Amino acid sequence: MKSIAFRRRATDRIMKALFLLSVFIVILPLFLIFFDLLWKGAKELKWSLLTDLPRPVGEPGGGIANGIAGTLTLAGLAMAGGIPLAVLSGIYLAEYGKGVLASLVRFAVDLLAGVPSIIMGIFGYVLWVLPMKRFSAWAGASALAMIFIPIVVRTTEEMLKTVPVSVREAALALGIERWKTTLFITVRTASAGIITGILLAMARIVGETAPLLFTALGNQFWQTGLDQPIAAVPLQVFSYAISPYDDWHDKAWAGAVVLILMVLVLSIGARFLTRERT
Amino acid sequence: MENAIAIKHLSAWFGENQVLNDITMDIRRNSVTSVMGPSGCGKSTFIRCLNRMHDLTPSFRMTGEILFDGRNIITEKVDPVLLRRKVGMVFQQPNPFPRMSVFDNVAVGLRFNGGKKSRAEIAEVVERSLRKAAIWDELKDHLDRAGSSLSGGQQQRLCIARALAVEPEVLLMDEPCSALDPVSTAKIEELIEDLGDRYTIVVVTHNMQQAARISDFVAFFLMGVLVEMDKSAKIFTNPSDKRTEEYITGRFG
Repeated sequence: MKSIAFRRRATDRIMKALFLLSVFIVILPLFLIFFDLLWKGAKELKWSLLTDLPRPVGEPGGGIANGIAGTLTLAGLAMAGGIPLAVLSGIYLAEYGKGVLASLVRFAVDLLAGVPSIIMGIFGYVLWVLPMKRFSAWAGASALAMIFIPIVVRTTEEMLKTVPVSVREAALALGIERWKTTLFITVRTASAGIITGILLAMARIVGETAPLLFTALGNQFWQTGLDQPIAAVPLQVFSYAISPYDDWHDKAWAGAVVLILMVLVLSIGARFLTRERT
Repeated sequence: MENAIAIKHLSAWFGENQVLNDITMDIRRNSVTSVMGPSGCGKSTFIRCLNRMHDLTPSFRMTGEILFDGRNIITEKVDPVLLRRKVGMVFQQPNPFPRMSVFDNVAVGLRFNGGKKSRAEIAEVVERSLRKAAIWDELKDHLDRAGSSLSGGQQQRLCIARALAVEPEVLLMDEPCSALDPVSTAKIEELIEDLGDRYTIVVVTHNMQQAARISDFVAFFLMGVLVEMDKSAKIFTNPSDKRTEEYITGRFG
């Protein structure tokens, strides 16, 4: 008896240690990346990075202020268009989506989610840049929206499916119309999950570089209009990193830190604004 | 009019499977009617016909007549949304809306059912409904708490208050106590008896003692058929049908 109890306890401990070890291995790269970035970007991490425009090679100082504004603009535009479209599509799939049409939509959305992001850049190029004969914020934002939408459609659908039938029944039994039940009861119940999906997709598009290469192009100055080429932090990191200058390499590292912090601040901010009040 | 609902030759199917067979019965206004029977006898299916809750189940169909306010509510012409505002429902599992406060849970029907109401009016209805559901004293200082943070019995009375807030004529209750402990059950039963003077209440239960305690009338269902319906006292002392007698004396079920 005693030895069985001992073995059981030992197995329990070993399994627990295994789980912990896995978690450790999973989050270790996150910290390594973050501290490596901080370490290498430290030289250029100063206020002027956030407030100044880029300067030519050889001139010390300068920042990526226009890139930060550009990334916020691009992500903001992509989300302003993408959130309503994606959330409503997700609602359709979860609440009304039965039959062939829904399966087709679901299949198409999954396919869209699997399309390499550079293809989305070409999509933006063909849709906006060719007819307008100009790189623009609109083109960049549409390419980002095409990456954003399929992720949010599927997470919204999954989150709505976790809302128990009893919640829908309770609302319908009160004589609340179906569309109001869906929009104000079911979606509200799943809102924390839906917002998480939106934040994950946002983090994804904020860091995208490839789809912006043929669409937003980048810009050394403040943007003057949404129909003009626009700067973005990942684009700046990219061009600094492939340059042959040491001080630009430092700026690339610092830019990467800024990118990570932006995602962090936006996520925490969104969580704070939409927190549960009960 | 004495009867709130008159049911004539009601039959119902899920796909090919017939679950209700030619039910004919009247539900008396402002009284408590229990629908009693063993599991799978069709009693839950039956009361869900009365507020068209089966509408979302594509394989479901029903024939016959359910007369309420002089109209056959089975027909397409009756809007289930408006019907459900007159015929409220309380479910087996307490199901307050998650992520909503006690106050919002009760106010939700008013807010979404059109007709602009001021804050003060809504607050008044919420208080009145919580009082009717005998839970005002427990919750009046906790109206901003999450509905789902209450105990099971409190949640169920909150759900009753929520249903009462839209001022229905009929209240359907699908085994409202089967997920609750004896103390909470006693409170709900007391509440049902109390509300029975002002509302037409139909309670589904498989618990005979409960049916005997709370109801004025009892309908006994067996395998989709209404075996008999009568005054509660009559059913439990001198049933006309042998199957009812066997059920209440515990020979089966």
